[in-house]
Amino acid sequence: MDAIQVENLSKRYGAVLAVDDISFAAPTGATVGLLGGNGAGKTTTIAMLLGLLVPTSGRITVLGHDMAKDRFAALARMNFSSPYVALPSRLTVRENMRVYGHLYDVARVDDRIAVLARELDLGPILDRPAGQLSAGQKTRVALAKALINRPELLLLDEPTASLDPDTGDLVRTWLEQYRTESGCTILLASHNMAEVERLCSHVVMLKQGKVVDRGSPDELLTRYGRHDLEAVFLDIARDRRQAIPA
Amino acid sequence: MRPPNLKPMFRRIWGLMYRHLALYRRSWPRMLELAYWPILQMCIWGFTARFLAARLGNPGLIAGATLLGGVLLWEVTLRSQMGMSISFLEEIWSRNLGHVFVSPLRPFELIAALIGMSIIRMLLGVVPAILLAWGLYAFNLFTLGPVLILFFINLMIMGWAVALGVVSLILRHGAGAEPLAWGVLFGLAPFSAVFYPVSVLPAFVRPLSYALPTTHVFEGMRGALLHGEVLWGHLAAAFGLNLIWIAGAAWLFTRQFHAARVSGALINIGE
Repeated sequence: MDAIQVENLSKRYGAVLAVDDISFAAPTGATVGLLGGNGAGKTTTIAMLLGLLVPTSGRITVLGHDMAKDRFAALARMNFSSPYVALPSRLTVRENMRVYGHLYDVARVDDRIAVLARELDLGPILDRPAGQLSAGQKTRVALAKALINRPELLLLDEPTASLDPDTGDLVRTWLEQYRTESGCTILLASHNMAEVERLCSHVVMLKQGKVVDRGSPDELLTRYGRHDLEAVFLDIARDRRQAIPA
Repeated sequence: MRPPNLKPMFRRIWGLMYRHLALYRRSWPRMLELAYWPILQMCIWGFTARFLAARLGNPGLIAGATLLGGVLLWEVTLRSQMGMSISFLEEIWSRNLGHVFVSPLRPFELIAALIGMSIIRMLLGVVPAILLAWGLYAFNLFTLGPVLILFFINLMIMGWAVALGVVSLILRHGAGAEPLAWGVLFGLAPFSAVFYPVSVLPAFVRPLSYALPTTHVFEGMRGALLHGEVLWGHLAAAFGLNLIWIAGAAWLFTRQFHAARVSGALINIGE
């Protein structure tokens, strides 16, 4: 079964069609990349997947739940991380984690925090206010918050944005490890093409609200005759090259 | 049929309350602010009441007592309203709403948590002022008797109804509607007959005044203070009107919350 099924999804803001009749699926246990330039509709799509935004038309099914009718059942089994959404800065990391532990009804929340602190190396910063952390530490804390409920589906919006290469690599390694161990499905929106090539088994390319291509990274490289996804991304973004017919 | 498991619901409500309690524990200016205004108001009006009593004798004493009762009970409404509105604004200020609204927390659970925080904030603000009035001016609000609890309940519900309206406007217009959280209730004060009876108001204003639950509480307070009687008719009117006010506010909130999910305001809520 697919963890995410999106069918004929559209979102219109007045005269602007932000998402235009897109359909895609994320197989359970896969990491799917949602790629596109600024304004392609990635954030709007993720917001609709999270129930933050009501679609103009179309249907979203997450973990078997219709998001229009039963979104809270799905939300309890998924989680989300984005560098653009903060955690309360005056609360310590531990307090923030407890808040979300309660919101997601996590059993033995302090034990879960201890496990995540060990795995993500948060021990030394657990009792520091979230607002006093470096960008890399904040990213690890945001990831820990996103994993507090052992999600079956993880939505990540640019999880390594503004991180140095070392910290970015640590986060990517940890995500690979977590997906392998937990069988979790990951939907990743990113502008980092190397990251997408490394983590994703499927890629959905968006442009001006439409799905313009899809496939595995290898399939896309072959189709466009390129050696890396960045070149494929630029081909699509700048209408430079069409996919080579199979 | 198995009874529904309410534990997750109460944990989610507690989770959001814990977030605010942790914030207050780490921020003494926030704690100070809770009690600062009620105590300041009590000092100003307490000295005024003492002055009236000294100049006018017994009538001044009675006027002073109703003045102090009005000040303290009005603070109950005001602190309840601000406690709820400002707790919601704290989520906007910390850019945390995105996380809160993608958690399994239902909108009514969010409201329940905000009400919980409102009660705590109101008690922390008003109880010291009540004790101060007792200590400094020998004005004991508790002499009103058990009916005081019914007054408190009605004033709090009115505060929550107004706060829900403010939260709805913030959802609709973003943090641009933020000043309403501080000012909106003051607009109702002249019509709520806090310090004077409704009969003082011009006849054409009285219907508006009687449509406010607070008016009936303050009329009831004067009945209890001046004549030692409980005006059950006014209390019943206060409860009935509060039912209408809170239902209207809940309808407005539900509508604006859905509108915010349609317009995308929940993603971009800010200035």
